[in-house]
Amino acid sequence: MSQDVEQYRIGKEPFYQPQGDEVTLYEAAYAARLPVMLKGPTGCGKSRFVEYMAWKLDRPLITVACNEDMTASDLVGRYLLDREGTRWLDGPLTTAARIGAICYLDEIVEARQDTTVVIHPLTDHRRVLPLDKKGEVVAAHPDFQLVISYNPGYQSLMKDLKQSTKQRFAAFDFDYPEPGLEAQIVARETGIDFDTAGRLVKLAGTARNLKGHGLAEGVSTRLVVYAAQLIRRGVAPRAACRTAMARPITDDADIRATLDHAVDAIFA
Amino acid sequence: MSKPVDARKREMHHPQVQAWWREMDCGFTQVADVFEECLYEALTAFSKREMDDYVAAAKTLSRLGRGPEPVLAFLEAWPSVAGAVGTAALEDVMATARALQASPNGHAIAPFLQTLAPVARRLASREQLAFYLDIARELMARTTGSIHGRHATIASPGLPAFFRQAPQLVETLPMAGLQNWVDYGIRHYGDHPQQQEDYFKLALADSRAVLQRERHGTLFADAERRLDLYLRALWRDPQPLIPYSNAYHELRQIVPYYDSLGMRLPDVYDARNGISGLDRYRATLAHMAGHRRWSSPQIADNWSPFQRLAVEFLEDARIDRLLMREYPGLAPVLLALHPKPGEDACDPETTSCLRHRLAMLSRACLDANHGYADPVLNETVAAFHAALADGPSGTAQMAGLALAYVARTRRPSDQLPRIHFDDTVVDYRDDNRQLWAFIEEGDEEEAFDTRKEAREAEEPQGLPPRHYPEWDQASESYRPDWVSLYEALHPAGEAAMIDRLLEKHAALARRLMRLLDLIKPQNKQRIRYQEDGSELDLDVAIRSLIDFRSGVTPDPRINMSHRTSGRSIAVLLLLDLSESLNQKVAGGEQTVLELSQEAVSLLGMAIERLNDPFAIAGFHSNTRHEVRYLHIKGFSERWDDTVKGRLAAAGAGWSTRMGAALRHAGAALAQRQADKRLLLLLTDGEPADIDVRDPGHLHADAKKAVGELAAQGVDTFCLSLDPKADDYVQGIFGRRHLVLDRVEQLPEKLPLLYMALTK
Ligand SMILES: Nc1ncnc2c1ncn2[C@@H]1O[C@H](COP(=O)(O)OP(=O)(O)O)[C@@H](O)[C@H]1O
Ligand SMILES: [Mg+2]
Repeated sequence: MSQDVEQYRIGKEPFYQPQGDEVTLYEAAYAARLPVMLKGPTGCGKSRFVEYMAWKLDRPLITVACNEDMTASDLVGRYLLDREGTRWLDGPLTTAARIGAICYLDEIVEARQDTTVVIHPLTDHRRVLPLDKKGEVVAAHPDFQLVISYNPGYQSLMKDLKQSTKQRFAAFDFDYPEPGLEAQIVARETGIDFDTAGRLVKLAGTARNLKGHGLAEGVSTRLVVYAAQLIRRGVAPRAACRTAMARPITDDADIRATLDHAVDAIFA
Repeated sequence: MSKPVDARKREMHHPQVQAWWREMDCGFTQVADVFEECLYEALTAFSKREMDDYVAAAKTLSRLGRGPEPVLAFLEAWPSVAGAVGTAALEDVMATARALQASPNGHAIAPFLQTLAPVARRLASREQLAFYLDIARELMARTTGSIHGRHATIASPGLPAFFRQAPQLVETLPMAGLQNWVDYGIRHYGDHPQQQEDYFKLALADSRAVLQRERHGTLFADAERRLDLYLRALWRDPQPLIPYSNAYHELRQIVPYYDSLGMRLPDVYDARNGISGLDRYRATLAHMAGHRRWSSPQIADNWSPFQRLAVEFLEDARIDRLLMREYPGLAPVLLALHPKPGEDACDPETTSCLRHRLAMLSRACLDANHGYADPVLNETVAAFHAALADGPSGTAQMAGLALAYVARTRRPSDQLPRIHFDDTVVDYRDDNRQLWAFIEEGDEEEAFDTRKEAREAEEPQGLPPRHYPEWDQASESYRPDWVSLYEALHPAGEAAMIDRLLEKHAALARRLMRLLDLIKPQNKQRIRYQEDGSELDLDVAIRSLIDFRSGVTPDPRINMSHRTSGRSIAVLLLLDLSESLNQKVAGGEQTVLELSQEAVSLLGMAIERLNDPFAIAGFHSNTRHEVRYLHIKGFSERWDDTVKGRLAAAGAGWSTRMGAALRHAGAALAQRQADKRLLLLLTDGEPADIDVRDPGHLHADAKKAVGELAAQGVDTFCLSLDPKADDYVQGIFGRRHLVLDRVEQLPEKLPLLYMALTK
């Protein structure tokens, strides 16, 4: 078992640039073992934040990227075959509850709602996880904590969290960092020079201005980091921006033309 | 509801609309039929006063002695026109109508109003529309009554044709080009009535050639969305964009400007010095956005015109410099567009050279490689850069620099009447009217837009009409907004009647059900042999276990998962409810309508069993002004008594304007999320309507509509009950059709056809 715990520990301090007092707030939430919901657009640093907090609190971290095909057994566990016959294998949520890890369910709305409800008993005073198929009820380790991330920008009826689920979490609001800070993050993360990082962030800003006017989401910090990595590998800045920042977010010809123009305007 | 014979006595649902109808005092039944719905559309946008004006104008048009057509066209068009160019344009429109009426061209009023909405939407500003009206009136004045010298008694042969083509013309040409094209037609064909008409119909090779010649540059209307995105994305300063046209003011060209209503831009930009029309628009917008961000108005009263000119040049240079700082990519664009005056181009002995000096100064502020030698200029440029070295500086500081420069370079010849203009106009810059405040004249008050006053909560009962284009095969172009379609819920009747019909076909129904159960997909499908799955597949697992025990490599794919049915289809059944359905089937007692009801009942029951999303609607038409589209079953409704009631009440009347109904139904279908979308049309005849003489016209339109739907991912299939359908149905629907020659088979054939199509 101790073997297991070690493999989930974050060995090296991850780079995380705080945007406000989220680190202290999180420490308080963890001390109270409150379930936490990180709200914000994709690629703005939510996952990085959890990694950083897990490292800081010296807790193992188990991350699950949620998707549509995921079923409750993918979280809780299932029977497998073994030399002796069938054998039960804990799912990531169960493992986390047993070993006292932080369990991070990333983009939870992607999972179907009937999947999501299995977390409910873990998020109230009971702190238990019933394994129906196995006939076992796992009581969560005192250090266990559940964290979910959630992008409210989707605004699709099909992809929203149930109110009964939302009501179980302390919420942290995330957004893209303000330009100076974001440029610092990109420069530090990729080793690119600060001037280029600043231009990339400026370009991201032009795309974010179009949110709600043909773009559902702007360019994420993650995409800015990608563009910077391409440039670091010797790709010409304009080509890097088109590939990593403009093309991924839209197929609308007018918007593409506008973003391409912005690339040319910024990287003359 | 039975309608009184006298249209004046027609009752409207809404008391306010009733009051307006009384005010109209109009005897045309066609107008009475659509009045209420047109007014509802207007009510969503107009204030009370604007409504009164609207009705008053309609009343005027109903008194011209030209039948219902002008009123109908106006009632339908005006809300859309006003939405595009503002209600103030009503004056201009009515003045044109009056001018037509006062000449022998009264019959052109209808075509004029019929195409007004698309024209106005494309032109997008009152000024541009006024320009268009002037061109039309010029055409009228120069082609009316001049034939063989007789006076103003003969109508212009070209004018109605011009109005009919207008949407296409304004789509293709900037205003100056339109003016030239019209002028060419008048000059070359003014004396030949038939050729003149053909020219304006675009039926002459010559007129098409001139059209091509006049078409150039980037039209504002085509660039508008990109420009709006540009302002938002790069300047975070979205502004209304309003086009103007220059040919009109030949003496003094209008320069771009902005005020509280928005940013004004020319209606066309040609590429210049390697800069595309689109990038010229962007440069112009950037410069205005720069002023809005960094300039502050100065008091103009204390300065001479020369001094003000100098302040403007230097302030403009500062703005351009800051633009380049913000977006370095703008630098090559601005430098390509900014003139580069030769240092010795102006002779100070004979000419006023102030503009020349200022244009050089402006160039030098932007272009490090300006190469000018003049020491005062170079000192001023250095001071300019120093001022901008650590910040955006400001308008007042530029004014200081500009006044000093003017004082140091002043020459007596600056006062000469001959002014050097060459290479001194920077045409992406606006006219700087926002840069000045005048103490003396008092603040110029801006007109405020007072549209859309708060309106009472009362909701209109019908939906406003939807306008659809119609394909005109003669001119190979769409007539925009040609057809008005009104949608409504079909009135309800007695559901039991449908159940009785089904009982009559009980045997058939049972047979269908057995068939359905065969094709009905299982709701849950198992997917076996999965390495990862939601459940252990015991059969496979045990097999693997045995393999394992007996030393054979076991198959690790021992899980299974579930997937819901793979059938993803949405279907809309569109029923032709035209008059001909009332005919008795040959050799029987039933009407085609009754047979259709039976068939649709069986189909409805069948599809309910299959659980496919399914809608039913009917349509018929009474000229292009009134296509009725009646919902019988919505996608989200079950096959229940409400729906059966509506189907039971279905009645037949009027004609078959198919294209508009297909477009409307297709639009509803296109919104459904499904792998396949099927529009199933049940009809007993060919497209036809009483206002269309050439049957080929509506055939061509229906064919076009089918093509449009295909492009949107909607498959159209036609089941025709017309024995003569072979002559045309293939032309419209291609292979996707079936002609049923024994109509009595319909109840059986329709559900079978559906199953075959969706298998
Ligand atoms: N505050 C931050 N500190 C450090 N890196 C960040 C920060 N915000 C964003 N990033 C960068 O952006 C990338 C995407 O962030 P991530 O946490 O994966 O986004 P999310 O989970 O919100 O979708 C990270 O890999 C990192 O490079
Ligand atoms: Mg200016």
